[in-house]
Amino acid sequence: MTTRDPTIPPPRRLKPWNAVERGLARVGISGRMLVLLAPVLWLLVFFLIPLAVVFGISLANKQFGRPPYTPLLTTDEGTVQLTLHLNNYIRLFTDNLYVAAYLSSIRIAAIATVITLLVGYPMAYAIARSSDRWRNILLMLVILPFFTSFLLRVYALTGFMRGNGVINQFIGLFGFEPLVMMQTDFAVYVGIVYTYLPFMILPLYTTLVKLDVSLFEASADLGARPIHTFLFITLPLSLPGVIAGSMLVFIPAIGEFVIPSLLGGPETLMIGRVLWDEFFTNTNWPRAAAVACAMLVVVVVPIMLLQKAQGAVVEK
Amino acid sequence: MRKGWFLPIAAALGFSFLYAPIVSLVIFSFNENRLVTVWSGFSLKWYGELFNDPQMLGAAWLSLQIAALSATIALVLGTLAAVALVRFRRFKGRTLFAGMVSAPLVMPDVITGLSLLLLFVAMESILGWPQGRGMLTIVIAHATFCTAYVCVVVQSRLGDFDRSLEEAAMDLGAPPVRTFFDITLPIIAPALVSGWLLGFTLSLDDLVIASFVSGPGSSTLPMVIFSKVRLGVSPDVNALATIIIGIVALGVLAATIIQLRSKPRTQI
Repeated sequence: MTTRDPTIPPPRRLKPWNAVERGLARVGISGRMLVLLAPVLWLLVFFLIPLAVVFGISLANKQFGRPPYTPLLTTDEGTVQLTLHLNNYIRLFTDNLYVAAYLSSIRIAAIATVITLLVGYPMAYAIARSSDRWRNILLMLVILPFFTSFLLRVYALTGFMRGNGVINQFIGLFGFEPLVMMQTDFAVYVGIVYTYLPFMILPLYTTLVKLDVSLFEASADLGARPIHTFLFITLPLSLPGVIAGSMLVFIPAIGEFVIPSLLGGPETLMIGRVLWDEFFTNTNWPRAAAVACAMLVVVVVPIMLLQKAQGAVVEK
Repeated sequence: MRKGWFLPIAAALGFSFLYAPIVSLVIFSFNENRLVTVWSGFSLKWYGELFNDPQMLGAAWLSLQIAALSATIALVLGTLAAVALVRFRRFKGRTLFAGMVSAPLVMPDVITGLSLLLLFVAMESILGWPQGRGMLTIVIAHATFCTAYVCVVVQSRLGDFDRSLEEAAMDLGAPPVRTFFDITLPIIAPALVSGWLLGFTLSLDDLVIASFVSGPGSSTLPMVIFSKVRLGVSPDVNALATIIIGIVALGVLAATIIQLRSKPRTQI
């Protein structure tokens, strides 16, 4: 490796690029297309096409062998035959397990989202209204768990809530009976709130910190009680943050696998867990694919809501 | 109800909720007892056990390699995508492209994992590539969702900075590529660093997607942890968690201090 003299400006370094650019321009390829080429190709092959493959295989049937599903296209004496099976989808709607799992996932995710909002909103508001120095420290404290392993944080909760865990030992000091918290829906709610809280706080904070303080002062000067100022001014103005934060919790919570399997009980039905079992335990790939497609339908509307709200959070 | 006391108390309770389980996890990693939550004396023996566990160490090394590789691929792809989205106002398929870039952010992990696995299986039977599954397929899967995160981070930085610097360079005759490397890249460098780090930690953390796309013999660290934790508590996981939390805390602390120090300069 040669060391470069820092006093010599580096124009030559990129000269080949100019020639390449001119050459490509001559055959009608612009720099823009080159910038787009790699990410577009990558996302097409590894994001969009896989979703199409999932849909395709959801229309196949389970079989023994490799791969463990029937081929959609078969060639039989020169003619190509397309065989589609709808039985996976029919099972989704007729088998109570799947219907119950979808409904219970939506219910658990929705309840947990509301609790996260109720816990996160005052925290975001407190951070937004604190002094500059405190604000950075508090924001760092919100972001820190986000960088710590998700799995290990769920594990930390198990140590907290189990039968002989920290909470039960603590209330035992006051003579209370130990509470059964693990392997219940309650533990799943706590788990979702605990792990997704930063996702709720950050967009809320972003909208709240941009609110004009003079609005609150005007409202107070005109004699509004703080609760009214909050309900009629703060809350409506922070609505994009509320929606963005809620969707950032709700969407991944629907498909959550780790939390229900480590904190929930055997009767905690969530669709992410059903998909996992269908794939790993029953090795029914087509059925798992159908479950995934139905899950996509459930999350499409929340994803669209999120996109809209995120645009509003960034713009204001 | 006056806000005077309500907000600080709510925030204090919220932060204790966030931190109490982590603190207790750290404390009990120094516990001598095998029962994680019964204190019987200070000991470092679980740390010793951790560093003598070849399965754990192998998985950790594999996870670090995967994280570094996928974060680097995601850095390149995510930066290109961000440049396209911020600088090219209109192009054919922009909406689809924007959707494809940001959708992996919220896509449930089980769907991402299953879809990529089915793709790899289909590709192997049609193209003969990738042969089997392992580190390569995990890297591809992680790079895909990390690209979305890098893109968001770089996008916000690109949207913030003064475009007149780029315009000046172009007016002085610099071609777009040169302008990008000499002007744009140094300015967005902090976003690139945080995007890479974000990708690295997300890859290191992923259990679900890796479980789908990994093959026999390529268990990542989260997969090993999950199989241990599923069977019950194990104190060496506490020790491992303490080490990871310590590294992350130091990293975030350093980043925050650097950011606070550099703030006055950018405001001038």
